[in-house]
Amino acid sequence: MSGEGSGERRREGRRSRCGEAHGPDGVFWRVRNLLASLANRGAEPVRRTPALQPHRRALWALAAAAFLIQYEPALSLAAEQQEIAIGYLRETRPKVSLSLIDLPAPNNGVAGALLAIDDNNTTGRFNGQGFALADATLAPDEPDPGRTLDMLAEKGAAFVIADLSAATLLKAADAARARRMTLLNIGAPDDRLREEDCRADVIHVAPSRGMLADGLAQYLVWKRWSRWLLLSGSHDSDKRFADALRRSARRFGAKIVAEREFVDTGGARRTDSGIAEIQRQMPAATQGAPDYDVVMAADESEVFAGYLPYRTWDPRPVAGSAGLVPTSWDAAFDQWGAVQLQSRFARAFRRAMTALDMNAWTAARMIGEAAARTNSNDPSVLGAYLRGPDFSVAAFKGQALTIRGWNLQLRQPILLFDGRNTVSVSPQEGFLHPLTTLDTLGADQPETRCKLQ
Amino acid sequence: MQAAIVNRLFLGGIGAGLLSFAVLAAFPAEAYLAFVSNEKSNSVSVVDTDKMTTIKTIPTGQRPRGIAASKDGALVYVALGDDDTISIIDTKALRVVGELPSGEDPEQFVISPNGKTLYVANENDAAVTVIDLATRGAIGRISVGVEPEGMAVSPDSATLICTSETTSMAHFIDAASHQVVANLLLPSRPRFSAYKSDGSELWATSEIGGVLSIIDPAAHKIKETVSFEIPGVRRELIQPVGVNLTKDGKLGFISLGPANRVAVVDGRTHNVLKYLLVGQRVWHGEFTPDEKYLVVANGLTNDVSFIDVAALKVVKSVQVGELPWGVAILPQ
Repeated sequence: MSGEGSGERRREGRRSRCGEAHGPDGVFWRVRNLLASLANRGAEPVRRTPALQPHRRALWALAAAAFLIQYEPALSLAAEQQEIAIGYLRETRPKVSLSLIDLPAPNNGVAGALLAIDDNNTTGRFNGQGFALADATLAPDEPDPGRTLDMLAEKGAAFVIADLSAATLLKAADAARARRMTLLNIGAPDDRLREEDCRADVIHVAPSRGMLADGLAQYLVWKRWSRWLLLSGSHDSDKRFADALRRSARRFGAKIVAEREFVDTGGARRTDSGIAEIQRQMPAATQGAPDYDVVMAADESEVFAGYLPYRTWDPRPVAGSAGLVPTSWDAAFDQWGAVQLQSRFARAFRRAMTALDMNAWTAARMIGEAAARTNSNDPSVLGAYLRGPDFSVAAFKGQALTIRGWNLQLRQPILLFDGRNTVSVSPQEGFLHPLTTLDTLGADQPETRCKLQ
Repeated sequence: MQAAIVNRLFLGGIGAGLLSFAVLAAFPAEAYLAFVSNEKSNSVSVVDTDKMTTIKTIPTGQRPRGIAASKDGALVYVALGDDDTISIIDTKALRVVGELPSGEDPEQFVISPNGKTLYVANENDAAVTVIDLATRGAIGRISVGVEPEGMAVSPDSATLICTSETTSMAHFIDAASHQVVANLLLPSRPRFSAYKSDGSELWATSEIGGVLSIIDPAAHKIKETVSFEIPGVRRELIQPVGVNLTKDGKLGFISLGPANRVAVVDGRTHNVLKYLLVGQRVWHGEFTPDEKYLVVANGLTNDVSFIDVAALKVVKSVQVGELPWGVAILPQ
């Protein structure tokens, strides 16, 4: 689950913040990003020009001049420029991970959106469309996201990429409906948002827990590792992922031989001599189980799953929240031209691209694709195209990604990683479907409880 | 080839007359050399198209993909994506003899019909690098869309076409001034394009869109979209990539990637005439100069398929290296 449920977790001030990341041209943006990262390493490249130091202003001027000289001929092709602002809404969430290398960067997610804005603008340079990102963070005690959505609307954003928890997302969706805005959910994997709590103004770019669990289960069943020891955490999100894994086991014929709960008793995730205790704790947690093939860990809260590999009582592989992990992206993914995106991202942001970054990239590219195909910046035209039968987007997954009309979930293959490399991509061969094999992942149309309104 | 063999015999100091006649009889006219880039095994396989066997494997740098022969057949160029260069292979010595400054991550390139200029797409840089083949130096750089890949040049060498995958456009570039003169939005993830030899049409494949666009290159407009349906093959597996058009423009062969087929499209009506079952994940191909065969590279089955162009039949599969990607065949 790495990254799927985890959002932007930087501690912010108590007031909501509403910044703007305006990119009139993709290449200009790239130059600006690069200069920003060089001049101010580690700083978020989403700053407005007025915040710049005078000497950096001179650099911008230089870059802008270089850009004008180089691209003037191409720009002159554009007749009337259509401006499209995309909102980005996040909330402060605690920053937790078991592994030091998984700690999310301050710009986790938004960096992906910025890269897509850059890509959209490179295309826009040729067809007269300009994209900008308006970024806002909800204050921790803000009960109504409406005021922040108003701020985004003032900047012209009718589509808002949302990295929010399920509860906040539902509040934001109600507020968005009144403002005729559409949310693109990139951070909440909760199945209920696609099912009983679905909304006509929320498009789900992030895969659901059900899709992730199904993608993993298909591979394990194909591998004939179908006896699972299910170890789940004590937090609500852990329990929801365990539910999804149980459902996948029923669906694809795997067997959960025993279930155990790993209770979070609190405390720090990192202590100076912690490994000595963990080395004794994990074998005990997996001792005395009936015969099984794989430990299935449901631990979105990052409490124990990362400690399981190589420490189980029996020598068994680990899957789920650690070991073999289902996700929408990993920095190691290199199939179907993905290396190009990975290197563009690394070049712009000097770090690895996470699943949340990829969800945000895909969301912003979906808007870019709708704008390019309809040659419009009218939100109602773009909204209809996104929800219509002609929409598809390419996202380095080997096939077109389309939207499930019945619950507005983006259809997508699920990638499986071992932490270093791509292990497989689901759906697996042999799992068939009358319409598209992608619908073997997650709730399918005949079983959906969603009534869009 | 006949002339070449006779020449070589003379050069070798062996008498003409009867002897050369005997050798000619042993080597039928259609013996050409095909060079196949093997993306995974970092090599180029050399295939004798008459005997239909691999006669040599030439080690290259990392990740060879785009491959093409010089107009005189003396050299074969192969783009090495992970080495950021284009290697030059001597077709007589059958070894790497030099390289070209391709820019970063070269995948596909095209040589102008007059043989003087090579244009290579730099996927990571949203740019095309222009290389003068005589001096082997870069003489220009053109900014295009995100992830440029497919490259084509009009038969009169005047217009360069670059298709960019994420931008989903064909960029029409004036070859003399290096300026982008028009941009045409195409169905999702265009991979490749090719001109009819009379310049009247440009055919462009869209891998994710799953279609072939027939483009009027003068008007910069799509005039027809060809889609593919194969019974028993899922729609999302139909991912058109390579395009090969016969010189008379009567037939087009479209490689359909993981659909494991090459579609034969009527050059005039644009109807799909036939689907030819080849190996798995077919990428790109090339005709023998006499257009007797089309040789296509099958990315997952590590072989090339020989398609008999007159009979529209696959006649032979020949083992090459791992994950073959592109094919170049010497003009003589």
